[in-house]
Amino acid sequence: MALITTTEPTFKADVELGSARGRIWRSLRHNPLGLAGGVLLAIVVLVAILAPLIAPHGPTEVNFAAPFQSPGTVGYILGTDDLGRDIFSRLIFGVQVSLQVGLLSVALAVIVGTPLGLIAGYWRWLDGIISRLTDVTLAFPFIIIAVGLAAINGPSLGNAALALGIAQVPTMIRVVRGETLRLRETDFVLAAKAMDASGLSIIFTHILPNAGSAIIVQATVIMPVAVIGEALLSFLGLGIQPPTASLGIMLSDAQQYISRSPTAAIFPGIMIAAICLGFNLFGDALRDALDPTNTRRK
Amino acid sequence: MDQVAHLAIRGLEVRFGDNPEPVLHGVDLELRRGERVAIVGQSGSGKSTIIGAILGLLPGDGRVTAGSIMLGSQELVGAAEKTLRGIRGARIGLVPQDPSSNLNPAMKVGAQIADALHAHGIRGRAEIARRVTALMTEAGIPDAARRSGQFPHEFSGGMRQRVLIAIALAREPELLIADEPTSALDVTVQRQILNHLQTLVESRGTSLLFITHDLGVAADRTDRIIVMLDGRIVEVGTPEEILGNPQHEYTRRLVAAAPTVTSTPRLPAESRDAQSEPILIVKDLVKEFKIRGQRGSILRAVNTVSFEIARGSTTAVVGESGSGKTTVARIILGLEEATSGTALVDGLSITASRGAARHALRRRVQPVFQDPYGSLDPTSSIERLIDEPLRIFRVGDRAARRVRVAELLDAVALPRAIAQRRPNELSGGQRQRVAIARALALDPELLILDEAVSALDVLVQDQILTLLMDLQSRLGLSYLFITHDLAVVRQIANNVVVMRQGTVVENDTVDEVFLAPRAEYTRDLLGAIPGAAFAR
Repeated sequence: MALITTTEPTFKADVELGSARGRIWRSLRHNPLGLAGGVLLAIVVLVAILAPLIAPHGPTEVNFAAPFQSPGTVGYILGTDDLGRDIFSRLIFGVQVSLQVGLLSVALAVIVGTPLGLIAGYWRWLDGIISRLTDVTLAFPFIIIAVGLAAINGPSLGNAALALGIAQVPTMIRVVRGETLRLRETDFVLAAKAMDASGLSIIFTHILPNAGSAIIVQATVIMPVAVIGEALLSFLGLGIQPPTASLGIMLSDAQQYISRSPTAAIFPGIMIAAICLGFNLFGDALRDALDPTNTRRK
Repeated sequence: MDQVAHLAIRGLEVRFGDNPEPVLHGVDLELRRGERVAIVGQSGSGKSTIIGAILGLLPGDGRVTAGSIMLGSQELVGAAEKTLRGIRGARIGLVPQDPSSNLNPAMKVGAQIADALHAHGIRGRAEIARRVTALMTEAGIPDAARRSGQFPHEFSGGMRQRVLIAIALAREPELLIADEPTSALDVTVQRQILNHLQTLVESRGTSLLFITHDLGVAADRTDRIIVMLDGRIVEVGTPEEILGNPQHEYTRRLVAAAPTVTSTPRLPAESRDAQSEPILIVKDLVKEFKIRGQRGSILRAVNTVSFEIARGSTTAVVGESGSGKTTVARIILGLEEATSGTALVDGLSITASRGAARHALRRRVQPVFQDPYGSLDPTSSIERLIDEPLRIFRVGDRAARRVRVAELLDAVALPRAIAQRRPNELSGGQRQRVAIARALALDPELLILDEAVSALDVLVQDQILTLLMDLQSRLGLSYLFITHDLAVVRQIANNVVVMRQGTVVENDTVDEVFLAPRAEYTRDLLGAIPGAAFAR
């Protein structure tokens, strides 16, 4: 019997696709809102990293001769606060601190939540234990965790990140567990089982790479929540301590003088909004780009 | 029947986005009043695009760039949305493809039919209720008055399709478009539905435009067949002309590839090896599932099933959905524990053995699944997919595995360059070849082919079957071929096991089953194969 000579039709659109990275980039490029979010984030991150180079003043540098300067004053483009500190410089360093807290808590949520979610989804007999623990954690307001940690260790950046991270672990577990439940029923996992692949190797070669996009997207959802959480905790005095600049501290300092100098509160507020908007838009676009079923006609 | 064209499509051209290549290249089509016309073609040939254009419902950024569509004296191309709304449903009814996703799961079916009646201008609760019951009864749903108060999930696939037909007919359209209305259904159900649809269309004098990928169904049910390829009509004719004397090369290939009851077996006779022990012995296999939420209630999915596969031969397990055939396959693969009974590969049971013995046994039995899209991990390259079993079994080093992957790609007639691609860059047929290459990587003796060709277009299916037969004669493989499609079985199986609701109703050689079926159910299945009337 001869081998096949007839060529079967292929989808022309599929052949051009190329690498996965190229595909993601193409999809992002055709999503102007997502691209705008990405650019916004890139600027914010760059500014935070280069803070010592950009900031005209130190974040805690006081000038009692010039309190409550309005924006546009020479030497203080965004004005000064009640102690004559440069709002622009504090804002830049504040973003740095807020992003640190955000990254730390996201890292915690991913590092703790992903393995637990994989275990709960793959080995169903452990699911009961892990899922009930998740429910208990979710039922516990993260403010209480933060107050508890602050009472034990004293308020600090690390504690704020820890409390916010713990608060986000359950959602990460649920997302990863859901993806795992779906993926463990796919035919390619079944085929791997028929080859006698071990559970661990199935998780690492098949489930984790396929759940990757969901994890990344969930991380971009957690990030702004953590940034807002940091602001909230610092505002309440449970997170970063003055005089260190953070977006939350700036809001809390400014509230006493809100009628006299509203700009001291407005600028950190805008910054928080910008960071959240950037992450949301970028995360949305990333979700579309990472979805392999979403490649046609983009 | 008057001879005035009821639906006339002239030079229809459809494009998507700014793609320079149109999806439809000037299609001409004519449908007379009361006529039944089928459009046949493989996936991607543009069948569904024609429907989208007629209804003014092209998906995404698709648009008509040239040509005209006349329904009676009404031009549909460029017609205002308001005009089209008055035509959709009222003058053109649509029976969609997938009965499981086209009904609102949160709405009682009676209410969904009532919606259509309401749009038709029928008022009054009692009148609507009476019409709903009448329509459902007419569509062949028994006990209609009671069932109209049920939700879609309480209906079987076939019954849901009948509800969809009732909705399409509710407004008494002059033209009914059926888009693969039965391709998701079992053959015997398909036959019932199509018989019914035919009677309804005939009694009302409705014109029918029938879209299908199955030449047999088209031949059985329509007056004229239109064959499409790559957005062009390549042939038009009566079923007798198309099947008996196809003109275009593509139609000839399609007719030749379409499996029918009378397809000649293409088994190499010498492949049978009756002397040695059977490769697989399934004996008194039972699998029971507990039904969730109903305490103590048990579903016997597999009920004392026994059969054997001789070394180097093919045994087909045939049955409709719910017959337990896939459960049998999973037990043989060791993916599911049997409640009682045994499945022995070379005298050994996968589920009973442990550790190294189980590992060694797994090597000898490998699966190929139905869905070429779901059975390959989309994040892995083709090379990693095919050498996955080699890595699991620690066969050879990296270089040796690379050589083996190249060999396997040759064996399934795929270019070696494909190794670095990913599954979503391949067509369905190419993916299925990759799945076969992966199954072959460990030199297994028995392949479990679970509906391995069912999701493929006829021509591709034909190529994959040829490949499987070729591999069998070269490598001495044995196949367990699980399918719902008896016509395919005729071509490749030595023995046939017919299953129904978990039990074996017939187990014999392929000739006995096809020429002298003993069980009533087997005769039903055989009779339901489309295209039987035109078999040569």
